Amino acid sequence: MEDTNVMIAFVLLSGLVLGSALLVVTLKNLVHSVLWLIVTFIGVAGIFLLLNADFVAMVQVLVYAGAVCIMIAFGVMLVQRQDMENSNPMNSRYKIAFPLIGGLFISIGLLMARTRWTLSGEAVPEKTVQGLAPILLTDYVIPFEVAAVLLTVALTGALVLVKEVKANGDRS
Amino acid sequence: MGTGLNPSYFIGLSAALFAIGAFGAISKKNAIAVLISIELMLSAVNINLVAINKFLTPEAFIGQIFAIFVITVAAAEVGLGLAIVIAIFRNRHSVNLDDFDLMKW
Repeated sequence: MEDTNVMIAFVLLSGLVLGSALLVVTLKNLVHSVLWLIVTFIGVAGIFLLLNADFVAMVQVLVYAGAVCIMIAFGVMLVQRQDMENSNPMNSRYKIAFPLIGGLFISIGLLMARTRWTLSGEAVPEKTVQGLAPILLTDYVIPFEVAAVLLTVALTGALVLVKEVKANGDRS
Repeated sequence: MGTGLNPSYFIGLSAALFAIGAFGAISKKNAIAVLISIELMLSAVNINLVAINKFLTPEAFIGQIFAIFVITVAAAEVGLGLAIVIAIFRNRHSVNLDDFDLMKW
């Protein structure tokens, strides 16, 4: 009974994720694409919950569905001045992309079907944060600090890039 | 929880999401749409990392830590990418990727 419930949840969530991802790629209006991107990210957070990764699911909702999507929406509003009706067109390369990506997907599927998994059989511990924090602050403390520096440098660099350039070349 | 699902389902889902994202990244004209498609591909990678963490090494948490690092780097990437798109838009008044030929000689 438990298994069927998990299976139904998985099918519903993956349908949500794939359907909204297809809408993100195919819709003509870029603002609608960004809004469907939020739905995709919330669906991915649900998949993470299904995989007993509740901390990663929470980070996914906060960072992706919250911050990143709002940032992209601001970017769209700053860049598109004309009408939004046809702001997300395809170029001519989709004829090359379709067989290429289809071949990639089919080859991943074939490799997946041939793989024999050695499952550990153990369950993920109930408290993920208590398991994540010691590893993050001992073994992976240097990548953790580098990620902090990377975020600071990237956002400062973004500010410098979008700062208005004066006509005489003076950036102050 | 867990005997009903196996890693193949999650890897199939992740492969489909990655394929959709890669198709968008190749075939879109708008630079911001390409950024969005790259975000979809990174999400697919995160699903793979967390699924393999659950099914193969549940005690080690390495997959979840890598997923958090991927999310961090993706946030930084979107910030910088949007800044570059806005800066180029100031110069070129266009977001069509085919117009971005500043480094062409």
